Amino acid sequence: MTDDKKTRGIQSPPIAMDAKMKEIMTGYYIEAKTAADSGKQVAWITSGGPVEPLIAMDIIPVYPENHGAMIGASKMGGALCEQAEAMGYSGDLCSYARSDIASSVTNGGPIGGLPRPDMLVACNNICGTVMKWYEVLARYFDVPLFIFDTPMCHTDYHEESKRYVKQQVLEYVAFLEQVTGKKLDYDRMDHVGKLSLEGQRYWQAVLDTAASRPSPLTAFDGFYHLALIVTLRGTQVAVDYYRDLLAEMKDRVAKGIGAVPNEHYRLLWDNLPIWYRLKWLSNKFAAHDAALVADTYNTAWCRSLRYIEDGNFLDSMAEGYTRMYLNIGVDQMADTIIEMAEKYSVDGLVMHSNRSCKPYSFGQYDIQRMVRERLGIPCLLIESHMVDERSFSEAQTETRIDAFMELIRNRA
Amino acid sequence: MNELDHFLEAADQPERYGAGIKAGGTPVLGYLCSYAPEEIIHAAGVHPLRLFGTLESTLHADSHLQAYCCSLARGVLETALDGTLEFLDGAVFPHTCDTIQRLSDIWRLNTPFDFFADVVHPVRLDAGFAREYLEDTLQRFKRELEAWSGSKIDDAALARSIETFNTARKRLDDLYRMRSRDPGCISGSRVSSIVKASMILNRDELPGRLSRLLEEIESGRYRTGATDDRKRLLVAGSLCDHPDFYSMVENLGGVVVWDDLCTGSRAFDGFIDPSGDPVKAIARRYFERRPCPSKHLSNTARAEALASMAEEHGVQGIIFFLLKFCDPHAFDYPYLKEYLEAKNIPVTLIEVEDSLPPEGQLTTRLETFIYTL
Ligand code: SF4
Ligand code: SF4
Ligand code: SF4
Repeated sequence: MTDDKKTRGIQSPPIAMDAKMKEIMTGYYIEAKTAADSGKQVAWITSGGPVEPLIAMDIIPVYPENHGAMIGASKMGGALCEQAEAMGYSGDLCSYARSDIASSVTNGGPIGGLPRPDMLVACNNICGTVMKWYEVLARYFDVPLFIFDTPMCHTDYHEESKRYVKQQVLEYVAFLEQVTGKKLDYDRMDHVGKLSLEGQRYWQAVLDTAASRPSPLTAFDGFYHLALIVTLRGTQVAVDYYRDLLAEMKDRVAKGIGAVPNEHYRLLWDNLPIWYRLKWLSNKFAAHDAALVADTYNTAWCRSLRYIEDGNFLDSMAEGYTRMYLNIGVDQMADTIIEMAEKYSVDGLVMHSNRSCKPYSFGQYDIQRMVRERLGIPCLLIESHMVDERSFSEAQTETRIDAFMELIRNRA
Repeated sequence: MNELDHFLEAADQPERYGAGIKAGGTPVLGYLCSYAPEEIIHAAGVHPLRLFGTLESTLHADSHLQAYCCSLARGVLETALDGTLEFLDGAVFPHTCDTIQRLSDIWRLNTPFDFFADVVHPVRLDAGFAREYLEDTLQRFKRELEAWSGSKIDDAALARSIETFNTARKRLDDLYRMRSRDPGCISGSRVSSIVKASMILNRDELPGRLSRLLEEIESGRYRTGATDDRKRLLVAGSLCDHPDFYSMVENLGGVVVWDDLCTGSRAFDGFIDPSGDPVKAIARRYFERRPCPSKHLSNTARAEALASMAEEHGVQGIIFFLLKFCDPHAFDYPYLKEYLEAKNIPVTLIEVEDSLPPEGQLTTRLETFIYTL
């Protein structure tokens, strides 16, 4: 069967908010790229980093990881990664890091590189890679680097970690005040904190609508609509956007519009997206009447909701940011996946074994076993480097998806 | 048996040696990273054994770790799962790289040992309050160890332990310095086995053994017969558990006179202040010794440290000996290379999967490098 035949007639009505997303992101990048003209400072920050104080201080946050996703989606990752390798960076390193380091030097990529940073903020609640990567950036741009060190919570969040992270929150504010020469306005900070929580709640509610049958959106849609909870968390724009998106999803649910027209099978995705194959994968699964209704990546930005207190953002964010999805033990990650599998009634688990991301991928075999034992559902493993398209084997992946779907069909 | 043989034997069969200690009635805890607080383990009357894993088949580990995992983590997990480490009472996982961090979870969930502890070190070595955090973390570890062993670790035991480790580390430093002055006094592969063995042998006996070993070396009985016109090299990386590598370098007209390895000088770098609170003093050493790339002291700390080591020991070239899939080291390499070459210190890179690259390839590479120095 050719790809064409498989995908024909499986298009659902597009999500109307797609266009709005594009507009907001374009505006955001234009503002960031012209920051110097408007006298604003730019901070590069990791995706799991504490962005709210930046927003409260009028610093424009820029996310190399979001940029990496765009590079991947536009299939420019391979070339940039190759340049990084020519600079001496091993091809086994995270492809976000490789493509971003190369783009910093060459201004390559779909938007001609990111605006030059005035400061760097790396929070290691997602990995140790970001620290090494941002050290490279700090040397290259010769700007101050703040490392927000969130001790790994293998099993617990200890008292001493709590103290250590809280001390860093204070130090972080002092760092920002020093770099900007301005004082943090604590009322404004409270307000930004509220907006951040509100945005996260709406985003979680959007993802929750996928529990309906058929699901109004898939994880692939989520990967696209995720951009604002990463880049504009803590702003009114993000709150409004997700409120409207939620309304649209509820409307689709009411009308019985599914993201996959003949949704028969429901799957759960683990790990980062394979950015250069989103559409291909989405069509591939849709052709099997399968919808990826949930995933561990989109929800990672809502996890802190359970730890952050309303009205006490700055203080409680220490815990919220430390107990991020990747900063916990493999068994807790498995529990989360099993909970989600039940909540979204899935028939199978698709794990992206991501050569770029060791902290997300090592442990997947064990999670797979736990999921099989506790839920008895089939699991599929697809290997790639998330933005380095040179590493992807289409034929092999296709065969494995077909075999996996066959297994699911036979169980049904 | 002369002293050297004790060291060589232990380095050759760490597990056998560990099993012997256990059979003698001393509990044994394993660790695979130089950030493990050996002094506290030792003060609890427990033997700290550094694990090196296996370079052979890793069938068991392969069903827990993908192919893109470094050979150290994979090899050590294999020995835990295939029964090689049966005698072990448990393991200690300091927080360092992403790989060890996940290995810790996998270990906790899949191995049968009695004791397990994560010691979540700070990543930042540049903040005063990170020291307090580490002190608290080490105190927690000490409490966990006490709860498990059923007896208190008092300050006197810690002080004795500190003294033992300080002395052993000092002697290893003496050995390195002796060899830096006189590289022909003993071969490089033997030196690497000696440092390795010092993480395996009974620590109470270690200072005495090292003293006697130094005397044996001074007596000239291990002289290699090589002349002093060899090119002086430094090896940098995580670990190098390949004694053959050193002989290869020596056969090609070079000699490794110093290293920056976690199974080398980083393991004995840094002194613990014997006065004052022992746990505080142990914590302080981690901030003062040369950092691994998984820690942040400053953006340039490692480059400066390498350049000063090179200068101090008259090093003519640096070989980066990196394990494939070792992210922290791979991230530092391009910058270190640039920095060192700007200081007229040539560098080369050898990437090792599990075994050394094919002999011909490696020889050509080393030969060319050594020749151009
Ligand atoms: S993809 Fe993984 S390794 Fe890369 S920056 Fe993200 S969390 Fe870190
Ligand atoms: S290089 Fe450093 S962090 Fe890595 S295993 Fe060795 S001591 Fe531990
Ligand atoms: S620091 Fe490198 S060699 Fe050591 S465990 Fe981590 S990845 Fe492996």
